[in-house]
Amino acid sequence: MTKQALKQPVRILVMLSTTFLGLLLITFLIGRVVPIDPVLAVVGDKALPQVYEKARIAMGLDLPLWKQFFIYISNVLTGDFGTSVLTANPVIDDILRVFPATFELAITATVIGVLAGIPLGIFSAVKRDSFLDHVTRVIGLFGYSLPIFWLGLMGLMFFYARLDLLPGPGRVDVFYEGIVTPVTGFLTLDSMIAGEWEIFRNAVYHLILPASLLGYYSMAYLSRMTRSFMIEQLGQEYILTARVKGVKEWKVIWGHALGNCAIPLITVIALGFGTLLEGSVLTETVFAWPGLGLYLTNSLLNADMNAVLGCTIVVGAIFLGVNLFSDFLYKIMDPRAR
Amino acid sequence: MISIENLNIFFGHGQTRSHAVKDVGFTVEKGESFGLVGESGSGKSTVLNCIAGLLTHWSGHMEIDGVRLTQTRDMAFYRKVQMVFQDPYGSLHPRHTIDRTLKEPVKIHRLGDANQRVAQVLEEVGLGAKFRFRFPHQLSGGQRQRVAVARALILDPEVILLDEPTSALDVSIQAEVLNLLQDIRKEKNLTYLLVSHDLAVVCHMCNRLLVMNRGKSVETLTRSQLKRGAISEKYTKQLLIASKGYDRTAIDQFQDFE
Repeated sequence: MTKQALKQPVRILVMLSTTFLGLLLITFLIGRVVPIDPVLAVVGDKALPQVYEKARIAMGLDLPLWKQFFIYISNVLTGDFGTSVLTANPVIDDILRVFPATFELAITATVIGVLAGIPLGIFSAVKRDSFLDHVTRVIGLFGYSLPIFWLGLMGLMFFYARLDLLPGPGRVDVFYEGIVTPVTGFLTLDSMIAGEWEIFRNAVYHLILPASLLGYYSMAYLSRMTRSFMIEQLGQEYILTARVKGVKEWKVIWGHALGNCAIPLITVIALGFGTLLEGSVLTETVFAWPGLGLYLTNSLLNADMNAVLGCTIVVGAIFLGVNLFSDFLYKIMDPRAR
Repeated sequence: MISIENLNIFFGHGQTRSHAVKDVGFTVEKGESFGLVGESGSGKSTVLNCIAGLLTHWSGHMEIDGVRLTQTRDMAFYRKVQMVFQDPYGSLHPRHTIDRTLKEPVKIHRLGDANQRVAQVLEEVGLGAKFRFRFPHQLSGGQRQRVAVARALILDPEVILLDEPTSALDVSIQAEVLNLLQDIRKEKNLTYLLVSHDLAVVCHMCNRLLVMNRGKSVETLTRSQLKRGAISEKYTKQLLIASKGYDRTAIDQFQDFE
């Protein structure tokens, strides 16, 4: 490898490490400034002063702040986020347990968003300022503006309570819980692997409503962005060139113009996916979806700072990873970025 | 080769509809180079886009090589008529190599022998084989415009529509590209319809020219008439003065022509 070729990965590594260190510093400081006493959360408010002091020393809170920070960094880097006060499990174990539920929901929602949003955005750009374009834009505007928790409640009221077409909250009906042994953590996949088709069907039904709502939100944003990128691309001269070459109009739109929109769209999709992965807090709460968002909400409500900070670091790391991945795709797809 | 009569072009609908080109007409003989001249907004590029089939809201009569044009163009039309655009930065697909850009029309028109054609056309425009697998951003403006010319030539057209092909280039490169276009026309007996706001470029490239203002024809001139200054219309005289460079006294006397 030449020096030049090594420069790029080293630069990326330095950038990632610096950002991650900044993230750790911020989460550490948040943990110290919030008006929650971590010792009290462990020993309880009726503990004797000696017990309290002993716990404080055991937790390293008597040490200078910089020393505490270094201990915190070394713990985090070895995957030790502390123990959850709420569940009494190591936070990392809790996160690994709940994260697949969020991941499953985020992937389904993103697929729905991409499959619906991109064609809608293209259609809207090609038929710009027509009646159908206005309808599409209004649909998008609603999806982007309406509070998702309200849509979730409305969805539950209509499709579950009134029409009884879809199941209620949770990943699966209560009597199916705990039957399938987790392999991937994705209930749909695990039930398929186990050959439990009844549970698979039930899990898919449970997934439809929350995933569609998050997918609608994702679609709304994506269709607006796609429309705007497409309008910009369709006005470029290389599009006229393609037309005078004799390229069919559908190929001009789906091949030439969309091909160039794909580059900024990747960033939009990746960041949207990152947002969904961080745990759609409100959606997961409304649907009692046992993912990262619900875990974070419960931890916050119970002043479980180890869990809250652990989740924050995981969310930050996800965003760093997603950004890195989209930069990588950018370089593959756009020769100008190489 | 090209016959245009009573061409009217419209943009928009209803109350926002604008009449961009009004009753324009001209003819271009086979092998001739004809210029459309006028200031920005005069409708010259609009006429060119309309002939190329990029605009559909028009009325009038247009013929190319005896074939009457309708609102849609078929593949045979694009074999016969090609176009070179103004912006060498924007007219090439940014993520396609030169090779891919040049091969695409060959494949669409099922001409075969794509490799041979690409190599030959690159030679014709003065770019060697080393440019073949580069991306547009790896070329200079002049080189890109040569690729744009090569892209138009690869289908062996009879008519080339040139939309200000050198206005986005440095002055030193402009002459190179203009001379290249002249040489190719003579060699292949091509018919050019050139749009430019630069009278010097049109005088260098064209046998005859039509002056346009605000979507209307002003007058048709030959190159020698233009050189001699044998101009009858006031607007054309004003355009000629303007093309000679900035002159405060002359500008103060300029009129606004409807």
